[in-house]
Amino acid sequence: MFSKESLIALQSIFIKEVTRYFRIWVQTLLPPAITMSLYFVIFGQLIGSRVGQMGGVSYMEYITPGIIMMSVITNSYSNVVSSFFSAKFQRSIEEMLVSPVPTLYILLGYIFGGVSRGLLTGIIVTLVASQFVDLEVHHWGILFFVVILTSMLFATGGLVNAIFAKKFDDISIVPTFILTPLTYLGGVFYSIQLLPEFWQTVSLANPILYMVNAFRYGFLGFSDIDIVHALILLSVFILSLFSLAYYLLTKGIGIRS
Amino acid sequence: MTEKAIEISNLKKTYSGGVEALKGISFDVEKGDFIALLGPNGAGKSTTIGIICSLVNKTSGEVRVFGHSIDKELEAAKRCIGLVPQEFNFSQFETCKQIVVTQAGYYGVPRVIANERAEIWLKKLSLWDKRDTPARMLSGGMKRRLMIARALMHEPKMLILDEPTAGVDIEIRRSMWEFLTELNEAGTTVVLTTHYLEEAEQLCRNITIINHGEIVENTSMKDLISRLDMETFVLDVDRVPDSLPDMKEVSFRKRDEATIEIDVPKEFALNQVFHKLSDKNINVLSMRNKSNRLEELFVRLTEKA
Ligand SMILES: Nc1ncnc2c1ncn2[C@@H]1O[C@H](COP(=O)(O)OP(=O)(O)O)[C@@H](O)[C@H]1O
Ligand SMILES: [Mg+2]
Repeated sequence: MFSKESLIALQSIFIKEVTRYFRIWVQTLLPPAITMSLYFVIFGQLIGSRVGQMGGVSYMEYITPGIIMMSVITNSYSNVVSSFFSAKFQRSIEEMLVSPVPTLYILLGYIFGGVSRGLLTGIIVTLVASQFVDLEVHHWGILFFVVILTSMLFATGGLVNAIFAKKFDDISIVPTFILTPLTYLGGVFYSIQLLPEFWQTVSLANPILYMVNAFRYGFLGFSDIDIVHALILLSVFILSLFSLAYYLLTKGIGIRS
Repeated sequence: MTEKAIEISNLKKTYSGGVEALKGISFDVEKGDFIALLGPNGAGKSTTIGIICSLVNKTSGEVRVFGHSIDKELEAAKRCIGLVPQEFNFSQFETCKQIVVTQAGYYGVPRVIANERAEIWLKKLSLWDKRDTPARMLSGGMKRRLMIARALMHEPKMLILDEPTAGVDIEIRRSMWEFLTELNEAGTTVVLTTHYLEEAEQLCRNITIINHGEIVENTSMKDLISRLDMETFVLDVDRVPDSLPDMKEVSFRKRDEATIEIDVPKEFALNQVFHKLSDKNINVLSMRNKSNRLEELFVRLTEKA
């Protein structure tokens, strides 16, 4: 299981993944920096200066954790979904299928690849944010934990999406129609306490709300929801998606005829 | 017990669309052999190879690779095989060196060793100059050679090539033949699919012919060639004696009380046969050419090529 060969195979997949997104950094690492700068300028400075305070801090400070999280989510997801789908499309997935890499390590290799890009863009966006706002960290442990779990979750989600995808359109459906709306409605730009009670309850069904708030807690020390609750929820989601992805890969769904 | 490189028994594959690509084939490949899997397009060659290499799920049957069943000891079976598939299947954006080194990694070869081997194989296949070139910039022949280098990175006991010379010009084809012959002489079992008889004849000791998902023939190249040079005739005669004529070049067989079959080398003077029959007081009433499945297949194969 943890043989030296398997670890070398894992390392190979990981290096291949990282090399891939560095090779196309203009498409992978640069856009989050630009988009997020725009968010900071437009929402943070221009509009934010009129909004005043939210949750006892400046609007800019309030939205920063959510914006970092947004880039972590999008990037960990899209790294795995594009990379795995293009491996299917170009059939280079066969390089792994003919070799003795255990399925678990294929899965981990892609997830670690996605997590690394999520973290890297998270760091880039944090650096961008620090040009606009003085960031202070309330709780490093939570910050770290939440960002790792979130990127794992979305990297795994990207993999499941790519396993089912049959054409290029299929890899943008979930990000466009599910991830983006859920992120915007996930309390990145507002506190759900501003919503009518009914919509507050509805919002609680949105998993991204928990991640954004838990992450915000790491920075600012307050949150719309309970942190422990959020961490448990995240772990449950990861375990279920991970098992699903493992099952699909073992069965060869979408990759073996 | 001498273990075989490949043992296939009663292998069947029906694709999800309903195409019955393999109808229960069985054949073996000896260790150290150089064998051709020959058949027209759609015969089931790639399906067979896909199953041996775990790219295609079999419907039923058994496959062993160097004694390892692909159902029970898949990992061990995989380590014995290097595959050069029919279609290019590497990432177009990765460089030659990245592609081969990563592949070695999948087999657990440490990076330092993988880098050394990459140099050896890319040099042998004249790709060392292109080591930092992305795969998509290579010519067709180079891409094919890149896949050969990639397949050898984990030093497999057997190399399987699916139509390696399709669409490759004659000069490169010849150098590829030479390369494969050397590899085989050094001990690697080589299995090659092709739809060129000439290629099989040049390279291989043994041949398995597959058509419509069934094995038509599984024999030595020598035997096949000699049989392709023979023609079979069916003679209707007035009587069939117990002792048939005896000739060096021609073999006689009694089919029933009024029919004899003869195998004659092509362009052999048939009146010699009639003389012998007359000597035995046998009168030939009519004669026809017996259709030969093998022959028909080859006519089709050579028409295509
Ligand atoms: N993935 C697939 N799905 C459905 N049918 C397939 C698939 N691959 C091959 N076939 C069919 O199986 C038969 C055998 O194909 P193949 O093994 O590729 O033949 P060969 O390699 O000898 O040309 C053909 O009829 C082909 O159309
Ligand atoms: Mg084929």
